[in-house]
Amino acid sequence: MSARVPSVDLPIEFASVSIRVGAARLLDDISLTIAAGPPTVLIGPNGSGKTTLLRAAMGLVAPTGGRIRWGGRDAAPPTRRAIMLQRPVMLRRSCQGNVRYALAAAGVASAERQRRSGELLRRVGLEDRARRAARRLSGGEQQRLALARALARNPDVLFLDEPTASLDPAATKAIEDIVRSVSASGVKVVMATHDLGEARRLAGEILLLHRGRLLERAPVEGFFGSPASEEARRFLAGELLV
Amino acid sequence: MENVSALQLVFTGDPALYAIVRLSLLVSLSATCFAALLGAPIGALIALTRFRGREPVIVALNALMGLPPVVVGLTVYLLLSRSGPLGAWGLLFTPAAMVVAQTILVTPIIAALTRQTIEDLWLEYREELAGMGVGPVRRVTTLLWDARFSLVTAVLAGFGRAAAEVGSIIIVGGNIEGFTRTMTTAIALETSKGNLHLAIGLGVVLLGIVLLINTLAWGVRRAGERVAG
Repeated sequence: MSARVPSVDLPIEFASVSIRVGAARLLDDISLTIAAGPPTVLIGPNGSGKTTLLRAAMGLVAPTGGRIRWGGRDAAPPTRRAIMLQRPVMLRRSCQGNVRYALAAAGVASAERQRRSGELLRRVGLEDRARRAARRLSGGEQQRLALARALARNPDVLFLDEPTASLDPAATKAIEDIVRSVSASGVKVVMATHDLGEARRLAGEILLLHRGRLLERAPVEGFFGSPASEEARRFLAGELLV
Repeated sequence: MENVSALQLVFTGDPALYAIVRLSLLVSLSATCFAALLGAPIGALIALTRFRGREPVIVALNALMGLPPVVVGLTVYLLLSRSGPLGAWGLLFTPAAMVVAQTILVTPIIAALTRQTIEDLWLEYREELAGMGVGPVRRVTTLLWDARFSLVTAVLAGFGRAAAEVGSIIIVGGNIEGFTRTMTTAIALETSKGNLHLAIGLGVVLLGIVLLINTLAWGVRRAGERVAG
């Protein structure tokens, strides 16, 4: 992999970020800095704010309190960021149609789209599915196509929202291998997951969220070896945090 | 004519019968084209914008799909009659008046179906397109393109309505032989005259056309599933 120029969007700084919808606090006074390096993995129960944090960091939702800065800028257009949603929607097109669409949306010239879409489909192992309707792919293949679409933006930061939820082990491994190689190529990966095993396999650092608050942040060995907070201990022990 | 069976009329290519079929298709196809040009943008616009009174507009649009043809016929008649506001155009009892009436009938059908299709697809695509950084113009073209198979089905539904109705065109066209007589108006007339052979022959052709339209709609849907999933 070639060396990348330093990202202009990193670090992503959250300063006392809150997001409220009506009476619900989706994110509650979160301060953190996401810098270049190995993957940052968000864990926590359903409704703990993982998805909201990813969407806020992507710039899809504005904080109702506090501020988010990308590389020191307040409003950075998301040209160097990409997100793979929890339930990716396949456009009603072929696989290569989906990737080419993402390339076009990212401003890639039409002459280059063909070459790059082939590359991206190879990278996620879907080159033999190029002309298939995206909606006819299996669940694991759809996730990989969504990953190819996100990578089409050539991002510096890649947000992944439970990319392997409800996939079987083989499909999960395929996704994790791609995420690992993406991360190794210098892209900052920020990922939410339910799967503690996956967090352990991929993470450089762990963020534990609960009820919209950041409970604990630690390097992966430290977090799984000796969690600092009571909630983290209970969460790792498989207790239900409510 | 009385001794000829209905099917013979159809298969021997009776010139009077085919003139009637030709005019019917011409009127209904023209009306469907105009209705598509009007209805699809209106539907897409309502689907993608938020304004005061949007919900009543949608309810009204859906209700207009069931607009009674005779009421449309009467309205267009009043507008185009010699003493009416558009009487000077001299359109009453011409094929043009029939096209106007059917356009009014079909536009709400295409607009309402387009609105529903585009809005459903937009709800589905919204997050994903936002994540890909898609701007407003590309958003509209994307939705229209990805909904194209459903939109063709909407247009065919409109054409089916136009081809099968008699109420509006018999009022504004006048069912003049060789000029404004269509399949449906001819069937109404020939049946009342007791000339059942011609009526049945036309009925068979009309049924065939309706069947053809539905086969087309089905084929478009299947092709869409194969290409786009």
